Amino acid sequence: MTLDLNAAFAALADPTRRAILARLAQGEATVMELAQPFEMTQPAVSQHLKVLEEAGLISRRVDGTRRPRRLAKAGIEAMDQWLAMVREALERDYDRLDGVLAEMEPKKEGETQ
Amino acid sequence: MSKMTLKTEGDTHVVVTRRFAAPPQAVYRAHTEPELIQKWLLGPPGWTMPVCIGDARPGGKIRYEWADGKGGGFYLTGEYLELEPYRRIVHVERMYLPDPTPDNHVETRFDADGDGTLMTMRMTLPDAQTRAAMLASGMEHGMEASYVRLEGMI
Repeated sequence: MTLDLNAAFAALADPTRRAILARLAQGEATVMELAQPFEMTQPAVSQHLKVLEEAGLISRRVDGTRRPRRLAKAGIEAMDQWLAMVREALERDYDRLDGVLAEMEPKKEGETQ
Repeated sequence: MSKMTLKTEGDTHVVVTRRFAAPPQAVYRAHTEPELIQKWLLGPPGWTMPVCIGDARPGGKIRYEWADGKGGGFYLTGEYLELEPYRRIVHVERMYLPDPTPDNHVETRFDADGDGTLMTMRMTLPDAQTRAAMLASGMEHGMEASYVRLEGMI
């Protein structure tokens, strides 16, 4: 599944889905295992899992009758890389601002802009 | 060493902090005087800011235009709401991609920190969906100050 970054960020906008991802970061889990700590019904958890799956952030494995969910490594990494890029662009701006500040002369008293 | 922090707060905020080795007056000026802004607020390599208009008084208009050097680009408009010289700026802004994004309400503070300045920029989006969309739109333009601190989350 390809990662849709718009869908991925929309999926992350929900605190319960972020908590589900945090839980899955510790290892795979079934719907039932996820429903318990979140005190949610299984259909409610399933709905959140569907959003995360469609966003490319998690995948499911077939294990007999179980369908444990796990983090989708490619999706998480793609998102990480993108976030790093955004952060770098911002850091680059502020590094440039360091240079601008170093060249600025203190403004004289009474001078207007 | 990373001097910048960037994190989400609640469902609708994004907060960026950065230390600068210059007094608040200089950092404030670099955020409000167009000829200074134009030198640094450029985003990814190759991008320029051919238009930088900002009338730093309450109600004053903002218009920033960026170009990628290959015929592409986008622009942003906004208005200043409050200005406390050398201490604090409050403004709203929206990007045109080309349709306007919902207003991003931005408070930027400049606090003296030893010989330098601690800048804190706090963005407030109308709702969680808008914040998500803003974060995602940054991919195309690599420009908008945006992020989720994913490392703390997953």
